[in-house]
Amino acid sequence: MTAHYPILQVVIPLLAAPVCLFLRIPRLVGLFAFLVSGAAFFISCMLLQQVIADGPISYHIGGWPPPWGIEYRIDTLNAYLLVLVSAMSTVVLIAAQTSIAKEVREDRQTFFYTAYLLCLTGLLGILSTADVFNVFVFLEISALSSYTLIAMGSDRRALTASYQYLIMGTIGATFIIIGVGLMYVMTGTLNMYDLAQRLPEVYHTKTVHCAFGFLIVGVCLKLALFPLHLWLPNAYAYAPSIATTFLAATSTKVAVYLLIRYIFSIFGITFVTTSLPIEEIFLILGLTGIFAASISAIYRLNIKRLFAYSSVAQIGYMILGLAIGTQLGLTATLLHLFNHALMKAAIFLAIGAVVYRIGSAQLIHFAGLGRKMPWTMAALVAGGLSLIGVPLTVGFVSKWYLVVALLDKGWWPVAVLVLISSLLAVVYVWRIIEWIYFTQPRIIIDNVKEAPLSQLIPIWLLVLANIYFGVDTRLTVGVSKLAAQSLFGVNL
Amino acid sequence: MTAIAITRMGDLFAVVMLSGIYSLLSAALFLVLDAPDVAFTEASVGAGISTLLFLATLKLVPRYDKKSRYKPGLALGVVVATGALLIYGTLDMPHFGKVDAPVHEHVAPRYLNDSLEEIGVPNFVTSVLASYRGFDTLGEVVVVFTAGIGVMSLLRISRQAKKDAKAKTPPDMQQQVILRVVAKIMIPLILIFALYVQFHGDYSPGGGFQAGVIFAAGIILYTMLFGLSTAQKVFKHKVLEILTAFGVFLYAGVGFVCLFMGGNFLDYDVLRHDPVHGQHLGILLIELGVGITVASVMILIFFKFTWRTVKHKYNQ
Amino acid sequence: MNVLGLYNYWIVVILMLIGFYIVIAHENLVKKLVGLAIFQTSVFFLYISIGKITGATAPIFDEKWQLYSNPLPHVLILTAIVVGIATTALGLSLVVRIQEAYGSIEENDIQIQDTQDQLECQLEAYGIQESLTTFDQDIDE
Repeated sequence: MTAHYPILQVVIPLLAAPVCLFLRIPRLVGLFAFLVSGAAFFISCMLLQQVIADGPISYHIGGWPPPWGIEYRIDTLNAYLLVLVSAMSTVVLIAAQTSIAKEVREDRQTFFYTAYLLCLTGLLGILSTADVFNVFVFLEISALSSYTLIAMGSDRRALTASYQYLIMGTIGATFIIIGVGLMYVMTGTLNMYDLAQRLPEVYHTKTVHCAFGFLIVGVCLKLALFPLHLWLPNAYAYAPSIATTFLAATSTKVAVYLLIRYIFSIFGITFVTTSLPIEEIFLILGLTGIFAASISAIYRLNIKRLFAYSSVAQIGYMILGLAIGTQLGLTATLLHLFNHALMKAAIFLAIGAVVYRIGSAQLIHFAGLGRKMPWTMAALVAGGLSLIGVPLTVGFVSKWYLVVALLDKGWWPVAVLVLISSLLAVVYVWRIIEWIYFTQPRIIIDNVKEAPLSQLIPIWLLVLANIYFGVDTRLTVGVSKLAAQSLFGVNL
Repeated sequence: MTAIAITRMGDLFAVVMLSGIYSLLSAALFLVLDAPDVAFTEASVGAGISTLLFLATLKLVPRYDKKSRYKPGLALGVVVATGALLIYGTLDMPHFGKVDAPVHEHVAPRYLNDSLEEIGVPNFVTSVLASYRGFDTLGEVVVVFTAGIGVMSLLRISRQAKKDAKAKTPPDMQQQVILRVVAKIMIPLILIFALYVQFHGDYSPGGGFQAGVIFAAGIILYTMLFGLSTAQKVFKHKVLEILTAFGVFLYAGVGFVCLFMGGNFLDYDVLRHDPVHGQHLGILLIELGVGITVASVMILIFFKFTWRTVKHKYNQ
Repeated sequence: MNVLGLYNYWIVVILMLIGFYIVIAHENLVKKLVGLAIFQTSVFFLYISIGKITGATAPIFDEKWQLYSNPLPHVLILTAIVVGIATTALGLSLVVRIQEAYGSIEENDIQIQDTQDQLECQLEAYGIQESLTTFDQDIDE
């Protein structure tokens, strides 16, 4: 069985989704989803271990060798992300039972879990495959299920958010398909590693440049790089809290992964930096995104939207890391992928707990909750501190590596800008702290109790992870460094 | 041509009809370009199901779009920029129809030359779809399933609506005697054709998707003429939902069996004593899975949309 | 660089642009979906025309023919068509629900209503102590 882990990683959640339809009772389905996600997590850990020990794993689906068949290829980079996605999925599901019971209509709850598992399948599939068209198929699986998840929010604005995401997401996917088609025209293959070998002969052609352009734009739509981020704030704000948490912690990260794959494993870093002014574009867009989004976050009255904008800003940091174009920069980005997932998951779960108790995500309504829901609020604050980059949290580790990478490249003005942007984060986090602890309650919250244990446990698991990985960075930094090294080594 | 007309029209019904025509034209074009499988699918899916769904939606939304004073400037700018980039990109592409283009030299030759030996199925498209790239097709079935889940969750039918609408066949339909009689003859033929396409897909254009869609079309025709509740007596809700899942199971299940029998996932070679027979069996089963899920999802989606129209009628 | 050999690609590009334009410029939600479909279909043309070989036939084995057009693009497009219809179906379901919730499927109208919603939310929030806010309007049934 171990030899088949790569495919089982994806096929188990894939099969589990339809099973949900048979088990009608939401509680049962929720439990089942949790077990499946846990199984996926277990497999991903096994895979990571194997890859670190023995090097990349290649699995030929259908027994057909690539490029005639579809290959699953696990190396340090995607093993790392597989662990992240499946871990996030499992932790979030612990809180799901109670949260969903409140936020999603009863007759839809089974579908929620089904769509959730399908989304997980899609994401894991994108990560594991080495075939560019296969990426598209699983991208659409995760996309369609995301639209479904978002649309289950209780506010009617969830519907428009989902529709907007559908339009933008499909445009992005179509761009990716155009890019794939153009690459195919020039090389005749769809396998990533085969492409890497055959593309250099045709590097100089306009078609390949064009292909690259389309792929990048398509992927940037999915990862919400400024200014293509328009779908994200609404989607995160109006989706059910569990959906927001899951999506915030995973889907944009997977899109960043795809970007990294395109740049490093397929096109090769030399081509990328010489053909288009990618470094400059990413630098400008990344920085603009960071500032525009952080400033936007300060003014938000809906706390979910606030943190949605914060996510856009954080993605800006990741793109900045890529813009640097060095191994250090890539390490910083990979590190931040992991850390940001931890931070945002904790924050959104905490918000979810509040929504569970008081039914609203308006900042005003959070007033005075510091006393009523101490543990939840403390978690929220911890997450916020992590976002700012306070030492002892994972946020600090990411920022540190990013700044080091910037200085190493000689871009010290940018490093200064990064530090300034952290101050912006201080502003919006402080606002929240003010409302939670130092303001009189605006609504009657006497009956508000602390969040249920089933939600507190995952929240605090994540917070502790935030702190633990902020102090003991061997695992995260180690793996990121390994992955970055191998990506730089692979390129031509 | 048709596409530009669509841009200009305000009457959504016309837009939908035009898009149906556009699909049919595309299908014809695909045929000319040597792609009968694709033509088949585009015709049934694009011109058929898609138009149906749009029409069903139109029953529920206003028919005319508002002439709004949108500023086309930015949109035009973006579009033109994209177009310019694309045209720039095509300048280096191999010319249309050339036989020595990279795509024909690299991966494809094996499919064309060796697949008869390795798989033994004359329709090369089927052998690539169902075997060499069978995993993509599994993904595709999951996409169909996901869409089904989405529509099921979005367009839930409450028990109340079901009670309100003991849908009698709409009166005007009852008068269409000719239609009903002809339909009674045609529908079984359509269903049989669907089965033919399903199982003969190895030898001629066809296969699971097309078959599923045609089957669904037959049932939908029946529903339109004889009423929703009659159709639902045969195709109960729960049954349909389970069938959508069943197709996926079948497909993935075959993959798992391959695992247990010693091969890789979806490696049909190991299913039987000799690889070619194994391939045949594998392909047969997975195409069946595809057909079942596609048919049931399509029918289910149509039912959901129709129930919504009925519900609207009774709430007004 | 024989330009005429590329005419097929250019037709594709024009179609793509029209579809793309409809999606971003128009406000009616249904029309946007139609535009999306046109956009996607044009991409299919791109792939299929890549696979065609002049003088060849469809990729189904037949003793009389030697040269076949490339089957790989066909496979990819079959998948893409199905993905397209799945997206359209989901999109249309959303449109139906939006119509029910907002009474309109024009983006302008919806945006106006959304902004109103948001303002109401904030007014209520800033207003006098109320009892616990319940969820915003439940949308159907």
